[in-house]
Amino acid sequence: MGFKPFVTTALAIMGMAFAAQADENAKLVIDGQTMITQTKAPAFVENLDEIYSGWVFRSDETQALQLDDFDNPGFVFLDQGIDLFNTVDGSEGKSCASCHENVEDFAGLRAKMPRIKDGKLQTMEEQVNECRTTRMGAEPWKYSGSQMTAVTALISLQSRGMPVDVAVDGAAAPFWEKGKEIYYTRYGQLDLACANCHEDNYDTMIRADHLSQGQVNGFPTYRLKNAKLNSIQGRFKGCMKNVRAKPFKEGSEEFKALELYVASRGNGLSVESPSVRN
Amino acid sequence: MKKTIVAVAALLLGTSSVYAEVIAPKNVVYQDGAVSKSLTGVAGDPAAGRKAFLNRKQGNCLACHVNSDMADQPFHGEVGPSLDGVATRWSEAELRGIVSNSKKTFEGTIMPAFYIDSGYNRPLDKFAGKSILTAQQVEDIVAYLMTLKTE
Repeated sequence: MGFKPFVTTALAIMGMAFAAQADENAKLVIDGQTMITQTKAPAFVENLDEIYSGWVFRSDETQALQLDDFDNPGFVFLDQGIDLFNTVDGSEGKSCASCHENVEDFAGLRAKMPRIKDGKLQTMEEQVNECRTTRMGAEPWKYSGSQMTAVTALISLQSRGMPVDVAVDGAAAPFWEKGKEIYYTRYGQLDLACANCHEDNYDTMIRADHLSQGQVNGFPTYRLKNAKLNSIQGRFKGCMKNVRAKPFKEGSEEFKALELYVASRGNGLSVESPSVRN
Repeated sequence: MKKTIVAVAALLLGTSSVYAEVIAPKNVVYQDGAVSKSLTGVAGDPAAGRKAFLNRKQGNCLACHVNSDMADQPFHGEVGPSLDGVATRWSEAELRGIVSNSKKTFEGTIMPAFYIDSGYNRPLDKFAGKSILTAQQVEDIVAYLMTLKTE
């Protein structure tokens, strides 16, 4: 007999403590600035009333890491981003800073990405690589490599606190529709669509994981799981593998359209880059 | 002792050769979502089923369902209903149907079909043409579920 009943009871109580419940009262305030982590869903999001930042679904310990930039492990990579931003590379003898003297000038950009440029859907990673190849005469960076995520995090940080506001109509409409279709399509041997978990079942536990709405307002995001900054499309890839599906390629038309659609579902939430997640 | 083991092994081998007729996923017959015929003809093993239920690469049923029989395990999922007393609510044939392809019972459900080998999109190469569980694993899990009765 001994300890067993006690242990079982303790585990049962722990189990209850783990029971999913988004902490709607927790406030994300960074450097005196209050982030919008919950707001009314955009009208075009048919099946949600409220939208929530992924921060809301994380444990108290994980949440705390994002409250102070000194505690936020993502900022180690931000320092690398600053170095890369100032590093001359390529045949033209330029760095990012040669054209963009003040990185602060990028305030607002993250909130609008991905966007339509010259009739095409463009992600921030593509914009960075376009600058590198056409203006700097440098090699493009790997889509979700450490250099890319460090610099996109630095650029995104300039928009922190601003509400996500990606365009979904006009020239963006066909891309947005395509992204929406992918969001609701089941993939993989497990036959799951994004919507099955992140729309129909957010705020419930799937074994040890507390399902969020899959919002991307905090990307690039530092994940405790892999201790690095993660890109939006890198995360999409991970999700597809989890459902045992062959992922689309990073930078593919499919993932770009999905990124636009998923980003738009977060219109109104604050940009939190670089956020901290598990 | 040794002789007994050999005899038992021979008996087991004999059994499996007699009942080697495994029903392929595409040949499973559903009636209102239920599958009355065993997929293997070999009785399910509840102990093996309990393990497959827990295994994250097999049933991983606990990912979505609470199960008080596994109170010693942390992290019971909440996506699907509790499985406490599931054998009181459903027959063996119904449970076999739900585990094999729950979409035949619950239209549009999030629950994956554990015994289909086609009809899904873009599977990773290593899973293409395969079912999540083998026929015997389905039988084992059904046998385990049949032990979950409400008193």
